[in-house]
Amino acid sequence: MPELLLELFSEEIPARMQRKAADDLQKLVTGALVDAGLTYEGAKAFSTPRRLALTITGIPAHSAPTREERKGPKVGAPEQAVQGFLRSAGLASLDEAKIQSDPKKGDFYVAVIEKHGRHTTDILAEALPAIIRSFPWPKSMHWGSGRLHWVRPLQSILCTFGPETEDPEIVRFEVDGIASSNETRGHRFLAPDAFAVRRFEDYAEKLEKAKVVLDPERRKDIILHDARDRALALGLELVEDEGLLDEVAGLVEWPVVLTGTFEENFLEIPPEVIRATIRANQKCFVLRKPGTTDLANRFVLVSNIEARDGGVAIAAGNGRVIRARLSDAKFFYDTDRKETLESRLPKFEQIVFHEKLGTQAERIERIVRLAAEIAPLVGADFAEAQEAARLAKLDLVTEMVGEFPELQGLMGRYYATAEGKAPAVAAAIEEHYKPQGPGDRVPNNPVSIAVALADKLDTLAGFWAIDEKPTGSKDPFALRRAALGVIRIVLENGLPLPLLPILLPHLDRLEGQFDKTGVGFDLLVFLMDRLKVQLRDSGARHDLVDAVLSVGQDVDHGAQAARGASLTGAVLTYTNDVPLLIVRRVEALGAFLATEDGRNLLGGYRRAANILKAEEKGGERFDGAVDPALLIEPEERALAEAIGIALPAAEQAVSREDYAGAMTALAKLRAPVDAFFEKVLVNADDPAVRVNRLRLLAAIRSATRAVADFSKIGG
Amino acid sequence: MVSGGSANRPSFLDRALATRLGCAAFQAVAAAPLFREGLPVSQEPLTQELPPHMRPEKSFQGLILALQRFWADKGCVILQPYDMEVGAGTFHPATTLRALGPKPWRAAYVQPSRRPKDGRYGENPNRFQHYYQFQVILKPNPPNLQELYLESLKAIGIDTLLHDIRFVEDDWESPTLGASGLGWECWCDGMEVSQFTYFQYVAGIECFPVSGELTYGLERLAMYLQGVDNGYELNFNGREGAEKVTYGDVFKQAEEEYSRHNFEHADIEMLKRHFEDAERECRMLLEAGTPDPKSNDQRHKMVLPAYDQCIKASHRFNLLDARGVISVPERQSYILRVRELAKACGAAWLETEAGGKAA
Repeated sequence: MPELLLELFSEEIPARMQRKAADDLQKLVTGALVDAGLTYEGAKAFSTPRRLALTITGIPAHSAPTREERKGPKVGAPEQAVQGFLRSAGLASLDEAKIQSDPKKGDFYVAVIEKHGRHTTDILAEALPAIIRSFPWPKSMHWGSGRLHWVRPLQSILCTFGPETEDPEIVRFEVDGIASSNETRGHRFLAPDAFAVRRFEDYAEKLEKAKVVLDPERRKDIILHDARDRALALGLELVEDEGLLDEVAGLVEWPVVLTGTFEENFLEIPPEVIRATIRANQKCFVLRKPGTTDLANRFVLVSNIEARDGGVAIAAGNGRVIRARLSDAKFFYDTDRKETLESRLPKFEQIVFHEKLGTQAERIERIVRLAAEIAPLVGADFAEAQEAARLAKLDLVTEMVGEFPELQGLMGRYYATAEGKAPAVAAAIEEHYKPQGPGDRVPNNPVSIAVALADKLDTLAGFWAIDEKPTGSKDPFALRRAALGVIRIVLENGLPLPLLPILLPHLDRLEGQFDKTGVGFDLLVFLMDRLKVQLRDSGARHDLVDAVLSVGQDVDHGAQAARGASLTGAVLTYTNDVPLLIVRRVEALGAFLATEDGRNLLGGYRRAANILKAEEKGGERFDGAVDPALLIEPEERALAEAIGIALPAAEQAVSREDYAGAMTALAKLRAPVDAFFEKVLVNADDPAVRVNRLRLLAAIRSATRAVADFSKIGG
Repeated sequence: MVSGGSANRPSFLDRALATRLGCAAFQAVAAAPLFREGLPVSQEPLTQELPPHMRPEKSFQGLILALQRFWADKGCVILQPYDMEVGAGTFHPATTLRALGPKPWRAAYVQPSRRPKDGRYGENPNRFQHYYQFQVILKPNPPNLQELYLESLKAIGIDTLLHDIRFVEDDWESPTLGASGLGWECWCDGMEVSQFTYFQYVAGIECFPVSGELTYGLERLAMYLQGVDNGYELNFNGREGAEKVTYGDVFKQAEEEYSRHNFEHADIEMLKRHFEDAERECRMLLEAGTPDPKSNDQRHKMVLPAYDQCIKASHRFNLLDARGVISVPERQSYILRVRELAKACGAAWLETEAGGKAA
């Protein structure tokens, strides 16, 4: 069956856009074929810095003929209806229509519309220009006097179609003055002449002869293997870098791996800086001494040509640029260390953090206070946490971080260490940004924890206070990441940290008029949502999370605010703002429900809840106290007694954070509840007895709420 | 590429080429046809026929002359530097204003660029507060502009089978000019030697036809060609021995003096006043050049003098910035004020003859 070859040849396409563009081209063209009623067997797209190429195999030469009968008006229908029918069916007159008889409806006109199959080349010649004109580049431009938009000027289009056995034909079309042909060009410098191709097979082969490796995966492979070999030959190890590899493979059509050298004295610069310099500015790889993290004074570069001198001039040229870059980096590093981090603090008075949230200096002050408050709760040294928080952001105005923003934190750590700051303080400067994403490490040094939490909670509180919350996919200040960071830090470090007593006083420190308690609770809900996501992602049942989270939410806001206002009253009984305790409760609840007692108690709870639901429809409530005098049957007396023991036992256990104990206490209800439902009729004739029994059911419901809202439990 | 500076401070390693220059007096240009065909690309490198002191690889001025000669051969008007302080090359009217409107335009010129903040008291061999750029603007861009650029490299002695030339994504934006374009940094063996941009917007106005703009960083290119690591050691006149004049001989003292001026002594209150004067003057001139609605000639009559004031305002802002007296929010507002002037001038330019408006 015939195959299609398409190549869109342009000026250099940005490396970061190539892969998606090739995928898009494949999707769009195969989609157009399918829409036109064509099938295909296989498709593959490729990209280089100068071309997008697509091959699709097994496409029929024609689309299948179609036959459609379109029913028209009755014979003798008004002229207007007839004309409308002729127009819509594309008939010149009624002579071209058939007349069909229907026993019920009589005679009516039918148009038979037969479409011949179309030549695939015609389908393509129609579809491809439209695809090219509306191609989804993330950023496109126009050039010269043309109107076409492309990522960079489009230079030529190659498009052939035909069976393997014959010479394929050129699919003829034109886009903005560029006519399709069967010609392309090789490497810009090594083989610039145009040549003709027939189909994918000889296209790829001729390109390779013209010094173009079409497949980006192969280019990556060549680069990686040659780079490893080069490193090995030098007795070194390649510092592999997938992102850089991808980018470099998008910068060359003919990868030639070379190595170069820089002066050994540059190795005094921190290795991260050397790597960032060489990577960001020169797109080169660094090498290290085998089995260590020590860099060698060598680099690996990927050239796009086989140079006449074997690459000597290229390696020397790149070496000169890298030396100049490293000289700059060394200059930054030396300059930065001439002043202390602390001395940079006044500069932050000039830097606005956010127009509604004041300067960076004010933010630092808030973080210092918050870190100091959190420190005793997470076992961090008070003075160290304060110092680390004060220093944490100061490297932002150093020369080095100005040049390489990705080194923020790390440079602060280097500079603080050089100044002789305590190791925990220096580490916290780097680690307070962590975790940066789901794959990133969570800090576990207490000082780092205190500053990391303070930084993130201040960010969250600030943006909540000015109502800049994330919406949908928009989260410009990465607040979801900050919230998830908070959750992960407390969970992974096993810290039973209550959030409200930290957040509410902190909100008080922010300027502006807003409902501090309301904002605090809203932020807590957001944090709990992140907790839910985190638990769900780690496989926990989200219904159990909801069941645990929803108890205690009706607690009086005023009382909570009052408690929140005094941070020193370290009463950790209210567990709904303590992520770690929520997780423990979820775990205990899950374990309990896996037991027979748990399952049965849940069954009993549901029976009670269903009866109450029906009875409470009229608005009547049964929350009143059970009257012991009205308990008649032994089973109901036993149940009342059991609740009277289980409820306080469960509550006490919860207050000790002994969730397994709370579940054990609840488990004691199972037998009396079962017996009650078996022997006692709730709907007693005596209305007073009936109400009392309903109150007993309500007591079951509220007893379970000591650990979770059982109504939220599914399954 | 845009790097996310965390403390709102531009990095300066690549700033040398990040902005471009302005230029010279206007000469009448015969209306050229719209160039759809590529310009002819010649084959032979030009450097061999030159005497040693004129060779681009030996002489800074030889490099400039070789580029001028090359682009003159391609039909460009060779302009002389504009007689005003410009920090961002695109400010030059031969680029900013001529990029607007339908008329074809080809020009090339050297322009001294002043970046007050880049002064290093003559102590850094790679960083000057005054340096040269060679600028080429072709409207509409010929379809083979990349090949012409590569040919110009050959003309200054860069063999593309010996050196690794690369076009690396680098979109350009000038917030002060409301201008942006797509293109590349051009690398030679890992060194950025030029910027190549297809203008998309200038003064907030969409460009049609599109201009292709090339900017060669002359010191950097010369350092590479001459094989020196210190810019002050560049051979300026291509002579040897007692006759040799270096870049440092010409400019080192100036770098020291201007660094003192830029960072320590420029009068802040005067600069602020001058900024405001220039801003007011620009608006006044634009207003005064607006045609009388009753006149038969509806063209604008005073864009270039107004635009000079926009350039002036911009440089005063750069000096204030170097003096370190502009806070972050103020900075934004200064940039915006210059942009408003540039936009007003660009819009008025389209109402002039050179901007394409008939009488």
